[in-house]
Amino acid sequence: MIEESPVSLADAPTRRLNMIEAINDALDIMMERDSNVVVMGEDVGYFGGVFRATAGLQKKYGKTRVFDTPISECGIIGVAVGMGAYGLRPVPEIQFADYIYPGLDQLVSEAARLRYRSAGEFIAPMTVRSPFGGGIFGGQTHSQSPEALFTHVAGLKTVVPSTPHDAKGLLIAAIEDNDPVIFFEPKRIYNGPFNGYYDKPVEPWAKHPDSVVPEGYYSIPLGKARTVREGQALTVLAYGTMVHVAAAVCAEKGVDAEIIDLRTLVPLDIEAIEASVEKTGKCLIVHEATRTGGFGAELSALVQERCFYHLEAPIERVTGFDTPYPHSLEWAYFPGPVRIGEAIDRLMKA
Amino acid sequence: MTAKANGNLPPLSLHVPEPKFRPGDAVDYSHIAVPLAGAQPRPDESCAAVEMHPLCLDLVRVLGEDDRAHGPWDPRLDAETLRRMLRTMALTRAFDDRMYRGQRQGKTSFYMKCTGEEATSVAPAMALAGDDMVFPSYRQQGILIARGYPMVEMINQIYSNRADKLKGRQLPIMYSAREASFFTISGNLATQYPQAVGWAMASAIKGDTRIAATWVGEGSTAEGDFHSAMTFATVYNAPVIFNVVNNQWAISSFSGFAGAERTTFAARAIGYGMAGLRVDGNDPLAVFAATQWAANRARANGGPTLIEHFTYRAEGHSTSDDPGQYRSAHEREEWPLGDPINRLKKHLIAIGEWSEDQHEAMDRELMEQVKAATKEAEKNGVLGHGLHHPFHTMFEDVFEELPWHLKEQSEQAIRERRIKWPEWSDSWKES
Repeated sequence: MIEESPVSLADAPTRRLNMIEAINDALDIMMERDSNVVVMGEDVGYFGGVFRATAGLQKKYGKTRVFDTPISECGIIGVAVGMGAYGLRPVPEIQFADYIYPGLDQLVSEAARLRYRSAGEFIAPMTVRSPFGGGIFGGQTHSQSPEALFTHVAGLKTVVPSTPHDAKGLLIAAIEDNDPVIFFEPKRIYNGPFNGYYDKPVEPWAKHPDSVVPEGYYSIPLGKARTVREGQALTVLAYGTMVHVAAAVCAEKGVDAEIIDLRTLVPLDIEAIEASVEKTGKCLIVHEATRTGGFGAELSALVQERCFYHLEAPIERVTGFDTPYPHSLEWAYFPGPVRIGEAIDRLMKA
Repeated sequence: MTAKANGNLPPLSLHVPEPKFRPGDAVDYSHIAVPLAGAQPRPDESCAAVEMHPLCLDLVRVLGEDDRAHGPWDPRLDAETLRRMLRTMALTRAFDDRMYRGQRQGKTSFYMKCTGEEATSVAPAMALAGDDMVFPSYRQQGILIARGYPMVEMINQIYSNRADKLKGRQLPIMYSAREASFFTISGNLATQYPQAVGWAMASAIKGDTRIAATWVGEGSTAEGDFHSAMTFATVYNAPVIFNVVNNQWAISSFSGFAGAERTTFAARAIGYGMAGLRVDGNDPLAVFAATQWAANRARANGGPTLIEHFTYRAEGHSTSDDPGQYRSAHEREEWPLGDPINRLKKHLIAIGEWSEDQHEAMDRELMEQVKAATKEAEKNGVLGHGLHHPFHTMFEDVFEELPWHLKEQSEQAIRERRIKWPEWSDSWKES
């Protein structure tokens, strides 16, 4: 795998893409490179996906490589496991992460354990793509962030990109990976980064430097975090949409924060986390998902165990509330600038 | 909350199925229709699915009361093949008996027999090609035996010893044998059904010629995976054979709790527009013929077939089960379809290709064969006797490569080993 190699990519022609286009590009490249890659899911074929992520792929690669499925998440994941056992590299789509639960038994009991229980005889080299996260008035079943259900499962890798550049490189790496990968796409930032100010116009990706995406093949290794901004005052651990929200709040407050986009939750880039918290002595964890049992709890425990003598303040967790995702009160629920700002203030006073 | 009478409407009542016989009851199977062998038509493999629908409610039988083969479903196997079928079923039974005893002797934690159901795995395995992929449940050990998979490897897995290819990770009998095209068995029921469809779809995507076959018990047909699999298989016309082994019992629950009071399990095919067949699961020739029919159909791009094997679970569900607690002890002896091994044996004798003496000699020989394999496997250890895989292997194969957190936990396990079991020498690899 090639991390954004300056030799090969500096000269590569680039394009400005939004996250959907970057994902589409990654799928296109992998289908072109590997005839075992197949794409399937509800509405992904002829129509090109409800978010257009698979637009044009069926026309280019044919109906036996890109196809619509019955509305059955159990079936989609289950047949993908069987295809993986055969030797294909399936990329199933679950239309919304909120609807992944009917496929959970196949993911947890089967895909995640296939290699282990067969001592490597059978593997599940599949990538489950699914739009996730809130901030779009999606209500209870179009807004959820269920990543902690998957990070708790031994044998699954969980990835959440936050930019078009990363979405393409990480998706290519996920498809090439021989382990099952849950690839959660923050749909709030499909078209542009979101700073948490829901009442102001959203900027499109075109104005953001991370929408510059090299053409052709490149991959970003799973398990490597990205330092969004170097800083000395505190460490911010975030992923997906919250990378942008947290960065905007830090900028607004003029805090010299080190912002780390985890990119991969399992395997986690523990070295990057440790190095940063040891430098700053303070740690803020931000995610959209509900608080109790969320991935933030794992991050907090790890930082506490491994950086205890460097900590100058209690670790702060800014998360969604422990309620189902509400519709009308979305912006009261969403962990936005006020909630993040309070946590930063507490950390900076400590 | 207490319900209140509403006007003059009659109160609703919940129907909870109840088996006909409980412990101590006399058994009367007169409600089970056993049609004459040979009376069932055999439509062409290329027929429309709807033509098979009457056969979903019938019962395909070949071996009659006269021990002869009858009708269009007679697969007309030569005597040599019939003897091989008999021998494989008898070997499966001998293996089960020995392993059951091994569990009672404390050599392993768990075992499940398939007594009375040997035909439902051995005959299909013989009708399929060796490289057709099977997605079994936990009661198709006959497939591995029919495919010549080394018995010692099976016992190593059951004993979880140091030669166990699954490295002691899996509960006994949850085999995995890729070289025998035998998919890794999961404890989670019916998950293999959509997986078999996916494998079959993959084979079709690649223009391969191999097909998939999968098995569940009738109890597991109630799982959502069954429905997903049937839907996907018909939507994509996948080359897959669905076997439902209706052995009447899902642990302590009789088949009525999976819906058997209203219709057959083969009849589920009708609603999906799939070809279906209901066969006498204790008639090895009928089972062979049904599999052959479905395999020919799948191979000709004719699509999937659902086969219900009507049979009886002659023994307890597992070594952890006592069927005397929930069903009549007389069921087994009264079962109207008899015993699959006995029926094939009598058929071979009837056609002058076998004898009681030969059968006795074969049984003795098979017992010795299993005993020898057991002894061979025991050299590698039995469960709990210390001969198992090194500790670090517990952390391998979770992922293709060991991530940092598993490396750390692996080091911890090895540290703990030195404290917990200091007497173990370091002569065999510990890490």
